[in-house]
Amino acid sequence: MTSVTVNGRRYDVDLPDDTPLLWALRDELGLTGTKFGCGMALCGACTVHVDGQPVRACVTPISAVGTSKVTTVEGVGADRVGRAVQAAWVDLGVPQCGYCQAGQIMSATALLKRNRKPTDADIDEAMSGNICRCGTYVRVRQAIKQAALGASR
Amino acid sequence: MSPRGPEVATDRPLVIANVSRRQFLQGVSAAGGFVLAAGFSSVATAADPPKYGRDGMPNGWRDDPLVFVSIGEDGIVSIVCHRSEMGQGVRTGMPMIVADELEADWKRVRVVQATGDEKRFGNQDTDGSRSTRHFFDPMRRCGAAARTMLEAAAAAKWGVPVSEVEAKNHEVIHAKSGRRAGYGSLAKAAATQTVPARETVKLKDPSKFRYIGKGNLKLVDGPNIATGKAQYGIDTRLPDMVYAVVARPPVYGGKMTSYDAAETLKVPGVLKVVEIEPSPEPAQFNPLGGVAVVAKNTWAAIQGRRALKVVWDDGANASYDSAAFRAQMEESARKPGKVVRDNGNVDTALAGAAKRLSAEYYIPHLAHAPMEPPAATVRIVNGKAEAWACVQSPQAARDLVAKRLGISADDVTVNVTLLGGGFGRKSKPDFVIEAAVISKAMDGKPVKVTWTREDDLMHTYFHTVSVEHLEAGLDAQGKPVAWMHRSVAPTIFSTFVAGAKNEAALELGMGVINVPFAIPNVRIENPEAEAHTRIGWFRSVSNIPHAFAVQSFVAELAAAAGRDQKDYLLEVIGPARRVSPEALGDTWNHGESPEQYPVDTGRLRRVVETVAREAGWGRKLPKGRGLGIAAHYSFVSYIATVVEVAVDDQGVVTVPRIDVAVDCGATVNPERVRAQMQGATVMGLAVATLGEMSFKNGRAEQQNFDTYQVTRMSGAPRDIRVHVLPGDYAKPMGGVGEPGVPPVPPALCNAIFAATGKRIRSLPIRDQLKA
Repeated sequence: MTSVTVNGRRYDVDLPDDTPLLWALRDELGLTGTKFGCGMALCGACTVHVDGQPVRACVTPISAVGTSKVTTVEGVGADRVGRAVQAAWVDLGVPQCGYCQAGQIMSATALLKRNRKPTDADIDEAMSGNICRCGTYVRVRQAIKQAALGASR
Repeated sequence: MSPRGPEVATDRPLVIANVSRRQFLQGVSAAGGFVLAAGFSSVATAADPPKYGRDGMPNGWRDDPLVFVSIGEDGIVSIVCHRSEMGQGVRTGMPMIVADELEADWKRVRVVQATGDEKRFGNQDTDGSRSTRHFFDPMRRCGAAARTMLEAAAAAKWGVPVSEVEAKNHEVIHAKSGRRAGYGSLAKAAATQTVPARETVKLKDPSKFRYIGKGNLKLVDGPNIATGKAQYGIDTRLPDMVYAVVARPPVYGGKMTSYDAAETLKVPGVLKVVEIEPSPEPAQFNPLGGVAVVAKNTWAAIQGRRALKVVWDDGANASYDSAAFRAQMEESARKPGKVVRDNGNVDTALAGAAKRLSAEYYIPHLAHAPMEPPAATVRIVNGKAEAWACVQSPQAARDLVAKRLGISADDVTVNVTLLGGGFGRKSKPDFVIEAAVISKAMDGKPVKVTWTREDDLMHTYFHTVSVEHLEAGLDAQGKPVAWMHRSVAPTIFSTFVAGAKNEAALELGMGVINVPFAIPNVRIENPEAEAHTRIGWFRSVSNIPHAFAVQSFVAELAAAAGRDQKDYLLEVIGPARRVSPEALGDTWNHGESPEQYPVDTGRLRRVVETVAREAGWGRKLPKGRGLGIAAHYSFVSYIATVVEVAVDDQGVVTVPRIDVAVDCGATVNPERVRAQMQGATVMGLAVATLGEMSFKNGRAEQQNFDTYQVTRMSGAPRDIRVHVLPGDYAKPMGGVGEPGVPPVPPALCNAIFAATGKRIRSLPIRDQLKA
């Protein structure tokens, strides 16, 4: 039995230690907001925060999470920056299919929490691990800038 | 966790989707608080000839307000969206049309997703960039008819002539007396009104539209997406559900010879392995077969499959090698093939030309790679199957699940979830049938089949591979006098008809046969090509290779003639005229009426002129930068794109800016038109710069995003400007989802030529320019 703390709540999960956090979240805890996209940390769809750091849940075994605090897209709105990012996403109509957007939002929030005024180059660096096949990148960039303003107000 | 699809959760007793009409009517008396449930207008089905557009689609269209609209006594208006949402914004756009005509207040509108039921809703096959152009009129009539019924109810209540009342923003107003009644208070009485005859329904004047054409509404699913609540096919959870992944034959047409599951069954969480019988070629929409591993969670199933030992018989395509096949296609492209269009005399004109040019263009197989891989859940209870799936064509899923299970389609329900990208892949319900087969083997238990990314890339319905061979002759002034185009590509129909080797009308009609150029001598040929993998349609389909070849070649002719590319393109298009598709040999015309939808070179010219003006065509650029233009007519819309490229000393290509001009006729949601053009532009860049699925020993060589690369944030333009041309609501609309893709690769390669003098004829560009 492993314990994980997700969005401020502690869960016991009865899964092998090497089970990726992604599948524990989705299949065991029913937190399906975190998405499967590649299983190899190549696309960013499964991005969550572990102690505030953006992490690819598909390659993070639950045993490696330990006592760290996991935040998913379902919980990131509790944070002021996360909420500003979500609001900018809705306001600018960033999503198309929306499937990758949980990962985009988690990466964007992590970026803004460590860098309140990211440049275009900062955004490229922080966001290029997150694939959007619908091609919403122009609006993702715009929303990050808008959220940066909103969060700093 | 709710097993429901993406429909907006509601505690109101008024959801009419997912229930039969009879249940619905019974439900009215039971629930009491309902609505618009009285008269039942005749169901509009496809009329007899001519069968074009929405009339020509299976199960046609419906415009019955009782099917699509319901109003609760609390005033909440529920509108059914019967098309699948995959990012094009249809769950916002379709209901918006109804709401506008209904004079409903958008804040009090809820969207309900239809199950797969074309007899009830009309055609639901969400592809071909058709939803808005086919359903704009029926959805308007739905809203207008419901509005009329509310007005009639209010007039009756007040004892005034119906001509004196007017519905406005969720209430009916009698101006003379100052009386007003909200929709909720009228819902019950409106239900006793007769549905007005279709011919009598009075539509709004477009000047009165509040939502249509404005782009002023937020996405219906935006908040749920941003907070992780949106439900995709892969997100379905049901009590007692089990999870499956499938080991499929690695070569198309192969089958399992034997397998050993001993190690698999030792993996913690694995419950069972289930054989799925192979489908003989052509596979159509059938599963490929193989061995499914069923487990308590997805990870255990994946681990179990890893431990599975399977011996495959690779079958007839065991030696498919895409490099060798390219050489074979090139050979075919250099020899005469089936003539599909012949105007004037190309050979004579070529022989007499002052200058002759020839070029060949290549685009490899591509995979759609929607970020949500295919996933479906099916359970079977008392002989009735229920599916939750991310499908573009829920009726096809329903029919084929029924067929495979040997039950009636009436006993199959397909709940349509949100699609995490579709791009044509999710038109094919093979993955839903897999879930049904496995559920049956698990005594009807709910089974979710998840495709991993490797499954998706190795076993998709691949975009075809193509060689396009073009020849042209120019006169002494550099004007083209002869145009010969040989298009060689395995056809989509090979997936449905054994031995199909020629492009079908719908492929030829995607920008090879129907080029409307002002060139007197034109011959189009289509040599044969055999398919060695499962070919399907990929966003914008054959328009991709055809536009790449045609628009690159026109630019090559311009260069040979020493002319500006944009001016030359306009000259080749010729004066504004309406060309009959039939005169171009195009019998398909995207399924639309040739009279209503001629090829309008005036509109093609207009997008070229618009994008050139907006992009600052001819502006001075620093060294290593260049502008390229391309225009393409597809899905009965006209698009022109200008790419600004920067190529550095190392040959690294970046794209700082793209301008797109689109004439798709009048728009419902111009905000989403812009979004679609932005997205299509990025997908077009992925095709041009990175995309390739290659085959060796019959197997796809790319299995994940490390080798099948797609455009990322760092490679996307920071500036995409979309110029939407105004349209007229009285005129036929065009498609939006797909036509933005085809002009991008040629516009980029034309820009690279302008920047460097190097001509790219083979995609992807990848590192072709690197020193």
